[in-house]
Amino acid sequence: MATDTLEHHDVDHHHADGPPSWDGGEAPMKASYGKLMMWYFLLSDAFTFAGFLIAYGTLRVMMPTWPVPDFVFQLFPFAGHTSLPLMFVTLMTFILLFSSWTMVRAVQEGQRENQSGVAVWMFLTILGGAAFLGCQAWEWTTLIAKENMTVTTNPFGTHIESGVYIDNNGNETQDVFEAGEPYLIHVIGQGHGDDHGDDGHADEGHAASTEYTPHHDEPGDYTDALIDEKGYIHKKYKVTEGEDAGIIKSQAFGPKAFGGLFFFITGFHGFHVLSGVIFLIIIFINVMSGLYVKRKNGYEMVEKMGLYWHFVDLVWVFVFLLFYLL
Amino acid sequence: MSSHTYEESKSIATKTIILLGIITIVEVVIAYIGKGIWFPSLQEAMNPRLLTVLLGGAMIILSLYKAIKIVFEFMHMSYEAPGLSKTVLLPLLLLVWGVIAFLWEGTAWKGYRQKIIDRNEIPAEQQMQGTLIKELETEDLI
Repeated sequence: MATDTLEHHDVDHHHADGPPSWDGGEAPMKASYGKLMMWYFLLSDAFTFAGFLIAYGTLRVMMPTWPVPDFVFQLFPFAGHTSLPLMFVTLMTFILLFSSWTMVRAVQEGQRENQSGVAVWMFLTILGGAAFLGCQAWEWTTLIAKENMTVTTNPFGTHIESGVYIDNNGNETQDVFEAGEPYLIHVIGQGHGDDHGDDGHADEGHAASTEYTPHHDEPGDYTDALIDEKGYIHKKYKVTEGEDAGIIKSQAFGPKAFGGLFFFITGFHGFHVLSGVIFLIIIFINVMSGLYVKRKNGYEMVEKMGLYWHFVDLVWVFVFLLFYLL
Repeated sequence: MSSHTYEESKSIATKTIILLGIITIVEVVIAYIGKGIWFPSLQEAMNPRLLTVLLGGAMIILSLYKAIKIVFEFMHMSYEAPGLSKTVLLPLLLLVWGVIAFLWEGTAWKGYRQKIIDRNEIPAEQQMQGTLIKELETEDLI
């Protein structure tokens, strides 16, 4: 994107102003070199993202269960324990959509050579991109630091049988569940249960797995829970239906692939947003310096940047669909 | 470049962003219904598998529509030379094959996983008897 700015060919005015674009008589496909190559870059990037998302879909359909999105993504900043399924990620979607619209406006102002208009709308686009990145940072922090999800460990499981949790004496508690109910495996020493601090911990939101907290703080096999080496508390329950009725089992981790896929794909998208914001800032500085005024080509650099920025929004449409909605 | 005037382009952009916003809200509403957060009675009234397919399909179609709107209006694909849009859009048809082939494969793996679990429960000496294996193989795995 940077190199083609040095030698710019003016598509719109070439019939009037002498040498035609691309120096071959006609601009191929009536587009400048830079714009056409931006389209082809985006095509290749679309295949990259499609590859990742298809891998996600394949691994998801091959698993008997998959983390339930409205259970995994239900927290909201400053909302404490309130369960607001998908609300935060919907906000993120709207931020990105809004920044896409401000980018369109910047391109339109550029086409009529309105320098201050381009600057204002590009500035708003930069703010939108930065806000999106901030939201993603909060989302990742919550998943990693509060809910202990890592690339290889997925504490979000789903019950495949109905059952009832048991207490420290081996008796059944009031805490019953049905097949299909999601749970979150906690880690010892993270202050859930009685400790309702204002740290926004997921206690009430993830009530099903936190109403009862085992009173152990060392790894080991206890009557009511199995605590593994890393401190994950796999609560024990008695199956109440089906072939295994009466057998005591401990909560299993969810599909291992979930963490890796989530962090890799949303991370790859976030990396696109980050590079987009950096390029937006560079082009914004050029707009302010009056560089594109001299080129008299309707701020084509802003238009090319716009293509990239809309593509990032386009990819998010599918990330939003596959990770959060379905 | 767009053949529209500045005012026309501006109003197209405004209409498109409002449409995209509304579709996003509709998608989230459908997700809420699909997860049984809203109208939980629907989960019992309908075949749950059918409901999942219907609502999931609706969300996929709406997302594809959003993608088309972004490409054709925000990225101005509908105002480019036909050759340009063809060279960019036609290769994407490969993804139709990609999605079908890989989801098919994933579904098959799920079947094999269950098959292995089922077979592991059979005592070793009985696994050698042809009838049992045949029984398992004829199960509808996909």
